[in-house]
Amino acid sequence: MNYNVDKDGFYGEFGGAFIPEMLYHNVNELKEKYLGIIESDEFQKEFKHLLKDYVGRPTPLYFAKRLSEKYNTNIYLKREDLNHTGAHKVNNTVGQILLAQHLGKSRIIAETGAGQHGVATATVCALMGLECIVYMGEVDIKSQAPNVARMKMLGAEVRAATSGSKTLKDATNEAIRDWINNPEDTYYLIGSVVGPHPYPDMVARFQSIISEEMKYQLKEKTGKDSPDKIIACVGGGSNAAGAFYHYLDNEQVELIAVEADGLGVDSGKTAATTQVGTEGIIHGSKTLLMQNEEGQITEPYSISAGLDYPGVGPLHAHLFKSGRGTFLGATDQEALSAAYQLTKLEGIIPALESAHALAALDKINLKPTDCIVVNLSGRGDKDLETYIKML
Amino acid sequence: MNRIERIFKEKQNILNIYVTAGFPSLNDTVEIVLELEKNGVDMVEIGMPFSDPMADGPTIQNSSEQAIKNGITLNLIFEQIEQIRKTVSIPIVMMGYYNQVLHYGDVAFFEKAKAVGVDGFILPDLPLKTYQEKYKNLLNNLGLDCIFLITPQTPDERIKLIDSESSGFLYVVSSYSITGSKNDIQQGQVDYFKRIKALDLTNPKLIGFGISNKATFNTACEYAEGAIIGSAFIKELEKSNNIKETVKTFINGVKE
Repeated sequence: MNYNVDKDGFYGEFGGAFIPEMLYHNVNELKEKYLGIIESDEFQKEFKHLLKDYVGRPTPLYFAKRLSEKYNTNIYLKREDLNHTGAHKVNNTVGQILLAQHLGKSRIIAETGAGQHGVATATVCALMGLECIVYMGEVDIKSQAPNVARMKMLGAEVRAATSGSKTLKDATNEAIRDWINNPEDTYYLIGSVVGPHPYPDMVARFQSIISEEMKYQLKEKTGKDSPDKIIACVGGGSNAAGAFYHYLDNEQVELIAVEADGLGVDSGKTAATTQVGTEGIIHGSKTLLMQNEEGQITEPYSISAGLDYPGVGPLHAHLFKSGRGTFLGATDQEALSAAYQLTKLEGIIPALESAHALAALDKINLKPTDCIVVNLSGRGDKDLETYIKML
Repeated sequence: MNRIERIFKEKQNILNIYVTAGFPSLNDTVEIVLELEKNGVDMVEIGMPFSDPMADGPTIQNSSEQAIKNGITLNLIFEQIEQIRKTVSIPIVMMGYYNQVLHYGDVAFFEKAKAVGVDGFILPDLPLKTYQEKYKNLLNNLGLDCIFLITPQTPDERIKLIDSESSGFLYVVSSYSITGSKNDIQQGQVDYFKRIKALDLTNPKLIGFGISNKATFNTACEYAEGAIIGSAFIKELEKSNNIKETVKTFINGVKE
């Protein structure tokens, strides 16, 4: 089976570009040009240079000795938390900002939930001297004040999304509207493997640096370039897409995606899209999403704002439906416990999102000979208030 | 010949008014449409409220949110249209998003709409290709029109393709904007209307987005067979405490 995107922008039955005509020109331009640009030597040279000297890549693949002893297996952490700005998000924003420049766009817009993608976008806009407008739900602006302050210090304008539930999905709607109103000079820098084709593929390609490094780092450390299992958290799914990318066709490698169960899959307070969602269209993509009996998109819940999205990228919908991916969930409480445990055993405070991936270690069978990679997508500084409150 | 084809044959300067189903109160839509027809409106577009309406502006989104809170459902909308059809003979077009159609069951949705007296659909996020592959034959057989948007950025070749593949009318988006953002018509827009007019298309054209009053309606009618008013009318409904009066005053203000 093919797990990559096809020429029409579909992963199996998921994906595509379900967009109004007002966006057709821009999305089509991107579709026609993105591969030519990002596969060119010039682009790759610039991209790799910035990833190395600005972002600080390659990120280490760290053998977590005490964590491995605890689970009686071999656990490696892919340290995306050590990237500039504190998470994997910047891999994608560096790639897309270069693409926007190649397309001659001067104004950058983005959506953000917890503010991580907003900060990563504001950062690369400062780096390139481009105008930056970040849409953020009014509710999220209040709860994520430090990231709002960072974006402003970086020179971005943060605009409040006041419609609907005033969270990530509404910020995304506002960003799409802005793009409709400003089609000529504006580039929409999407933060995850969601949205209309070619965004899911483009973002996955930029994040695929994670598994590209993983391959040679594993080879150096273990003599084999593939692990037995890769574990990553999934909201929209960009860090998981990057960690899985170069192993999609290697069926010996189990790909484990961990969603946020919130207060529990059946509690009505969850973001576990593959468990409670059904097929439909969200933000221009056919995928699995959380919706009510009327086809109205419902509100997800998770303690982690980065996993709090009512859909999932079409690649992940395809991995779920085809059975190629193993989809697990971790509750708020399980994620918190996993975060405290990693902090104590390894001296690493993970982001709440990444803590969901770590929580899956308690839910799978592990053999002493297994080689496991957990993608530690971000660091926990932004979550300290929650960690301290819940301790 | 369905009702949409007939109205374009029989009349000029078509005025199409958009109403959000279930707004301002859950059961107001029937009365609003009856009054619209009584006051000389030629066609109505009934909006199916959606949680994430990416092609609509804030006014229509707010009305949709209110309607959802009021308890509007697709089945209720169908019931209301069925009731409207007992007396109303002008064409009715349903406007909404593809997710709602898929969730209802696409074929069942179109068949039900036909049964209650709907004449066409505007589904802004339904790709032309999906329509061609999955729905064109079905809708043709049911005598229903699928109406597509064209914008200032749509190249002539694509406009011709959309024209040849769709039916009913072409929805000419007047500017780079979501609904309800502008108040007058600029020279750049006029150039664009002239370009479209010169293409000599098969389908009649209605201009929408930014049409709000008599002046903008009249300008639109110089370059197209008529126009669509949405947000400006919804704003009047928001403040209305007498639907009959609101409809009469608003429509007279546009048409007279």
